[in-house]
Amino acid sequence: MSEDLGFDPSLKKKKKVKGKTDAEGATTPSEENLEEMFSSLKKKKKKTKETDTPEPVDELVDGLEGLKLKKKKKKSTKSSEADDFDKQLEKAGIHADDQSSASTEQLQQSQTQDSLSNSVLAYENLLSRFYSILKEKNPELAGGQHSKLKIPPPEVAREGNKKTMFANVQTIASVLQRNPEHLIQYLFAELGTSGSIDGEKRLIIKGRFQAKNIESVLRRYIQEYVICKTCKSMNTELKRESTNRLHFIVCRACGSTKSVSSIKTGFQAHVGRRKRV
Amino acid sequence: MSSIENLKSFDPFADTGDAETQPTNYIHIRIQQRNGRKTLTTVQGVPEEYDLKRILKVLKKDFACNGNIVKDDDLGEVIQLQGDQRLKVMEFLIQQLGLQKKNIKIHGF
Repeated sequence: MSEDLGFDPSLKKKKKVKGKTDAEGATTPSEENLEEMFSSLKKKKKKTKETDTPEPVDELVDGLEGLKLKKKKKKSTKSSEADDFDKQLEKAGIHADDQSSASTEQLQQSQTQDSLSNSVLAYENLLSRFYSILKEKNPELAGGQHSKLKIPPPEVAREGNKKTMFANVQTIASVLQRNPEHLIQYLFAELGTSGSIDGEKRLIIKGRFQAKNIESVLRRYIQEYVICKTCKSMNTELKRESTNRLHFIVCRACGSTKSVSSIKTGFQAHVGRRKRV
Repeated sequence: MSSIENLKSFDPFADTGDAETQPTNYIHIRIQQRNGRKTLTTVQGVPEEYDLKRILKVLKKDFACNGNIVKDDDLGEVIQLQGDQRLKVMEFLIQQLGLQKKNIKIHGF
């Protein structure tokens, strides 16, 4: 497949370029001379450029496609250097076609080469150019993959015998763009305990809990209070309507709002020593 | 204007009374830590048409644990069971009582 794609357009371009040069040659000798002058200039420029940067790229390409036939072709072009400009044009075309799936830097180089030679304004090149620019400017639109929010794992340590310390509540809450109070309230309601915040803004929870327990609760919190139900984005805001005392998730990505239930502690069984009657 | 009866006949935004949108009748199954490694499971919000006393009797026998019914002022009657019986209770509620899984919420770690 790739070979076919690589070969066919290049052949066409060869013809085109040759035709062009023929026509130009037929017009006037002076122009031809000029052309030659310019071509040499361009060639020199290109050569200096190539010695500067794209050499490793070429090597890379060669390395990548070492097993294919193209290597031979390129080598031959390099070695002969007969009609340099034409062949370099051709090369540029080949490059553009080859590297449509390669990294953006290479693409951009091929594009600069494209801009030098107007003959390769093919649809494919323009399309790849468009996508590379789109990827640079706003990557969320280009790829299907969302830039996932990285939630740091909860740092949970035992404090004393009966208390658990949850060190990075504040950072997690800030990553989730939630009020830490809200998150703590949810944690207490779900775990059925109480606790406090110490001097370094760490959360002290009564009872023994492991990191995985806290993590599962956190996951449920994210499911319920962070993720937008319509577009699954994590970029949301929790707003409280003062008129009806309801909480709303407002999505920053798609703009939807959805009401969420307030945190309820529910039934708390009396644990511990009974009151003397 | 009130003579136009046609306009009044149907209100598209009226509450249709769909059971799905009513979030009220959830059954909450919670866990609470006691001293040591011991835990307590509470089942809150079982519909009133079920006989809690008989359910408790079966649960105690099935799970081999003790339990009792606590009367709460706001939340009605709540089943308490010793130990972590959350998953077992949910299974029982679904299989034996024929309750919907989406109406049961398990809390805790």
